[in-house]
Amino acid sequence: MAEITGESPLASRTELLAETSVPGSLDIGEIPFLTQVTLRVAPEGAAAARVADTLGAPLPGPGTSAVAGDLLVLWMGPDEWLVVGEQGRAPDVEEALHKALDGEHGAVVDVSGQRTVVEIAGPRSEEFLNKGCSLDLHPSSFGPGRCAQTLLARTEATLLRRHGATPVFWVLVRSSFARHLADWSADAAAEYGEGAVLA
Amino acid sequence: MMLIPCPWCGPRDEIEFHYGGQAGVAYPQDPQAVSDQDWAEFLFFRDNPRGEFAERWLHAAGCRRWFGLRRDTVTNRVLDSDDTRTVTQ
Repeated sequence: MAEITGESPLASRTELLAETSVPGSLDIGEIPFLTQVTLRVAPEGAAAARVADTLGAPLPGPGTSAVAGDLLVLWMGPDEWLVVGEQGRAPDVEEALHKALDGEHGAVVDVSGQRTVVEIAGPRSEEFLNKGCSLDLHPSSFGPGRCAQTLLARTEATLLRRHGATPVFWVLVRSSFARHLADWSADAAAEYGEGAVLA
Repeated sequence: MMLIPCPWCGPRDEIEFHYGGQAGVAYPQDPQAVSDQDWAEFLFFRDNPRGEFAERWLHAAGCRRWFGLRRDTVTNRVLDSDDTRTVTQ
């Protein structure tokens, strides 16, 4: 049998992102192969309540996310959520959500290959992201747990601010646009690097 | 650039949206029965007012939902508040 091998969407940019990162002020790196499952269900129905029971947390409202055990639930639309977890969790997450839907109108789809996650961390991360994104990312308007689908460097991306003392953002970007985003990041972060000349 | 208020995501840049044209253009009850002239008017003829205009917008780069919005075509001012907008899921 042929051996199946694969690499993450940003495997070819791992070194570039490591070189781009500036220790202590901006850290950029890929978190590959996370489990991502799209869930669509009417938010007010009985199925949504069963899903919330299964996840152990209520489905989050517009522009927010929820932590459900070791899973993360992101609001993607009025009847749409994205469940994110560690690599390899997709089959059991899918099965559990299917069970919770119990035949009611809805959908559960494994979309783990659709996007990859780029983590942007450090005190410079808001300033850096705002070079390609017009959202107000100040903690007072985009605090921990907030998420938004928007354009980053003209690419559709989902931004999520993680909980924690220092700013940490997750950028969920389509696999086929990930290398563009990585190349843009290297350019946008150049001014923070050592030896950079701030004109 | 216009700042368009998405009913779900809040105010966002115009480039995140697709324009859907005039709102409230009804599909003919019996498409087989209308004359060529009426069919052409349904397909191609739209109001082009100077001032208030009800239109459809799609938040394509965000929640991917359609919504209605009244806009002043002269000033680009958005005339709707959250309560008066048509929002579909």
